[in-house]
Amino acid sequence: MAGASAAVAAPSLFKVLIQRRSVALGLAILAVVLFAAVFADVIAPHDPGVMSVRNRLKPPSAEWWFGTDEFGRDVFTRLIYAGRVSLIVGIDTAVLASVIGIILGLTGGFFRKLDAPVSRLVDAMMAFPDILLAISLVAVLGGSLANLILALSIVYAPRVARVVRAATLVIRELPYVEAARALGTSTWRILVHHILRNMVSPVIVQATFIFAYSMLAEAGLSFLGVGVDPSTPTWGSMINGGRQYIGTADWLILFPGLAITLSVLSLQIAGDGLRDALDPRLSKDL
Amino acid sequence: MTATPLLSLRNVTKVFETPGGKVRALTDVSLDIPRGSILGLVGESGSGKTTLGRCVLRLIEPTSGEVFFDGTDITKLNARDMKAMRKRMQIVFQDPFSSLNPRMRVHEIIGEALIAHGIGKTGRERRDRAAALLEEVGLRPDQLDRFPHEFSGGQRQRIGIARALAVDPDFIVADESVSALDVSVQAQILNLLNDLRLKRGLTMLFIAHDLSVVEYLCEDVAVLYLGRVMEAGDCRSIYAAPNHPYTKALLAAAPVPDPLVPRADVMLMGDIPSPLNPPPGCVFHTRCPVAMDDCRHILPTPQPVAASISAACLRLNETVSC
Repeated sequence: MAGASAAVAAPSLFKVLIQRRSVALGLAILAVVLFAAVFADVIAPHDPGVMSVRNRLKPPSAEWWFGTDEFGRDVFTRLIYAGRVSLIVGIDTAVLASVIGIILGLTGGFFRKLDAPVSRLVDAMMAFPDILLAISLVAVLGGSLANLILALSIVYAPRVARVVRAATLVIRELPYVEAARALGTSTWRILVHHILRNMVSPVIVQATFIFAYSMLAEAGLSFLGVGVDPSTPTWGSMINGGRQYIGTADWLILFPGLAITLSVLSLQIAGDGLRDALDPRLSKDL
Repeated sequence: MTATPLLSLRNVTKVFETPGGKVRALTDVSLDIPRGSILGLVGESGSGKTTLGRCVLRLIEPTSGEVFFDGTDITKLNARDMKAMRKRMQIVFQDPFSSLNPRMRVHEIIGEALIAHGIGKTGRERRDRAAALLEEVGLRPDQLDRFPHEFSGGQRQRIGIARALAVDPDFIVADESVSALDVSVQAQILNLLNDLRLKRGLTMLFIAHDLSVVEYLCEDVAVLYLGRVMEAGDCRSIYAAPNHPYTKALLAAAPVPDPLVPRADVMLMGDIPSPLNPPPGCVFHTRCPVAMDDCRHILPTPQPVAASISAACLRLNETVSC
């Protein structure tokens, strides 16, 4: 009996999630994007790097599903490979930003003396426009995929830090934390088992949004030419490349644009759904 | 009094610094709790009961004064010695809902106490001990893997008691531990506390605002008003013949479940004054039915009035009917 409750909890969270049709659709789109990115080598009908002057700027057709670009490369193939970069950037940034944000937020929220310096640092970072801060960080660190992820993580970590700090301030004062202190539990254990464990849901929700923001930011940075190196296809750099042909070959920006829009939108919807599903007041009857 | 008391408070004072000024939560509280007995701490909301309970365990650091536990002044202990001392003194909270971590299973909640003090090296050992503790407080060992939300308020309070007992303490602070429960459940928990006291020889500080609960469980009682002890001593004697006008008013205000008993003849008006700006002289003079001029500027100190009873009032020796 007792063990069953935990075993039931995992699938029912998913069930609660897909009860809302928009969330189910969002998750389905994400699944397609993820599948395409993982199995890009198998799915892609062409080679993403091979150029061909004969096939340049072909409109969408049976052979070139989404048309070809100015160098005769298949847009559909490049779109799938670019999705890999976007997902890598999104997932890594979400994880790294959460880790940095949790450390900052816990420090500020739990240790009173460190609250003011940490909070001011977080405020200062949030005062910068996201893209501008990311551009300067990439400029300082140098343009590579790893540095891009690091820069975006630094940009988005303050969002997590704020959520974590606010939750820490509340949980720190709860009687079960006081009980743990009365028992002589170490500060480290209190931080991990009592405080962090009770804010998993808001952090996961925040991470989902950062996933979306960082995909968008990566596209923006690539469009501006400060993202990963130009030979790697990304949705942002594809739009940048197609910009010159906007009047004659609109498929060059239409499909990468759609890819960005759909991915970010479905992530946001999934994040919203996750927030509702993880709300203890709604999931009590699990 | 018998041998040295297990817990002795000497002039414990707690002042909170707030943006609005200094809040005097406790002033010169001196109390003794003999081994194996229960001291009931009563008072209105805002009288400092909870703060005192926290100061005893150093969950709040007293501003001044000493807390002697088994002869050791624990306010002077460093972090490591204090941790060792925590094994001997525990707390059971008021709210059975917020005092248990909602994300932890029962065996983890109880096991945490064991981990903190290195009791039970393996998870298996800790589980066995947690199971034994659950049985001791009247729950079933097969409930070890449940989460707190799967229990009722009374059951959760039992888990809280099991957690406090896990380290095998000598002393427990029960902070309004039954006031959040239904009356029928209150009785069960009170009986459990009393059984455990007898079986384990526990000493307790029982914080309550329900006077009848204190009368049922405690040997001694201390009446707190605005952070000061008004009257303290043997529970039965004080209930039979209160000396301090505040104690009289409190006892008179307690409801008696009999409609034929006439209502109290002493009723207090108004609220407890703000501890931000306590009245000069006797802190109770603003609401005292027998206050005189001297009460406004002379601070009464606790005086012995009978064997093991002391009260702080200027008019103790007069025969005032109030």
